[in-house]
Amino acid sequence: MVSGLARKALSYGLVVLVLGLLWQVLSASLGSAVLPPPLEAGGAFLRALGTTEFWCHFWASFVRAGLGMLLAFALAFPLGLVMGGSRRADALLGPFVLLTYPVPKIVLLPVLLVLLGLGDAAKIAIIVLILGYQVLVTTRDGVRSVHPKYVDSVRSLGGGRLDILLEVLLPAALPHGFTALRLGTGVSVAVLFFVESFATTSGLGYCIMDAWGRMDYVAMFTGILGMSVMGAALYEAADLLERRVCAWMRAGRR
Amino acid sequence: MLEALGIRKAYRSGEDILSDVSLTLAENETLAVVGPSGCGKTTLLYLLCGLARPDSGRVLLDGAPVVGPNPDMSIILQDYGLLPWKSVIENVALGLKLRGMPQFERLKLAREQLAELGISGRDRDWPGRLSGGEKQRVAIARAFVGRPRLLLMDEPFSSLDALTREKLQHTLLDVWSRRRVPYVLVTHSLEEAVFLGRRILVLAGRPAGVAASFDNPGFGDGRYRERDDYFELVRRLRRSVEDLW
Repeated sequence: MVSGLARKALSYGLVVLVLGLLWQVLSASLGSAVLPPPLEAGGAFLRALGTTEFWCHFWASFVRAGLGMLLAFALAFPLGLVMGGSRRADALLGPFVLLTYPVPKIVLLPVLLVLLGLGDAAKIAIIVLILGYQVLVTTRDGVRSVHPKYVDSVRSLGGGRLDILLEVLLPAALPHGFTALRLGTGVSVAVLFFVESFATTSGLGYCIMDAWGRMDYVAMFTGILGMSVMGAALYEAADLLERRVCAWMRAGRR
Repeated sequence: MLEALGIRKAYRSGEDILSDVSLTLAENETLAVVGPSGCGKTTLLYLLCGLARPDSGRVLLDGAPVVGPNPDMSIILQDYGLLPWKSVIENVALGLKLRGMPQFERLKLAREQLAELGISGRDRDWPGRLSGGEKQRVAIARAFVGRPRLLLMDEPFSSLDALTREKLQHTLLDVWSRRRVPYVLVTHSLEEAVFLGRRILVLAGRPAGVAASFDNPGFGDGRYRERDDYFELVRRLRRSVEDLW
């Protein structure tokens, strides 16, 4: 575990180094103020880490994204489980999912803003909506792909429908749900940036837009780096959760 | 104690897999069913244990029709049937859990059963980390822990290497001679059928039916494999299936 952490820290460090070098090259060759040199932007970012103002914005963003992801999982995973496990539930709900899945949920933001107000509720709701679909569909398909031999195994021991759900479908679906959650961190943070770019004065998205408006590109990069760090933290948190809950996945072939 | 009377089962397409299969298994007896791959052996076991229902005919346990899985009957499914997300001991204790036995009690029984089958110290491991032979021992432990009166096994040793297979066949014979739990074993190996079946049924045809039946009085001896009558029966069995399969 310690060596795993050390290896992870090392690989993160290496990636930061390589990206920094590329950034330096790009910044030097462009010579534009919109891409300040990495040391300047990095220095400003590190200084910002010492201010409560930065952490207030970081926390505001983190709560929106984290709560959105948590709620998305809490709502969509059980629904996906039921839809994957019950033909009847799927026949009832499947068409709704099928028809609304391709609709870009972000276009509903104005509606949500009017219904839920300009506060955090609408921002979180849109993340729940977008990420929830991913978790729902992945979980449902995951449950459907469970090998029938596991169901037979529990049935042969006298298990009923509820036992099959709890002992087979639920544990088999967890890795699928968590994978969707982990891959969804990128989308969640992207959506977060969009919803924070107006009608709010808190959050890293606001910081970026505000600094952009003031043409303070170094401050803008503080927000950009902050969002990147937050995205990475959410991804790692989801990954850690998945490893904890689905430890058996690493145990071998099956 | 277990009887199948003229059972017939069809695929969803309507084509018959099994037609008019009858068999009986008495107390103190073991039955080996041999048949070529894909002949409906697994289907037969599913019908016997109540995981599937025959389209016609009846399955009776002590004279009462089998309508679903029953704690008196344990089945070892092909590929062991272990759940990869449960530890070894949880897998063994699962049947007891489904019957509502308290955790402490069921884990104690599972631990004892695992020890009896010669695997201790792997309780908290995931099945994915076990070898094929260990998985099979766990599967046998899982089948025996609920004290079934009858055991059904679907190709239990077919995916093991030759040495492990022989070892586990001995383990099964051992457990049988101690517990005297009658079993039905389905296999495509003629040697295994002769070593482990007090009686041997040959399934053949399409749809499959019982084509031949052999009595095997030498069964039960751990050194049977070295005896002439063992070889003689394997030879007779082989000659019989050569014409049928």
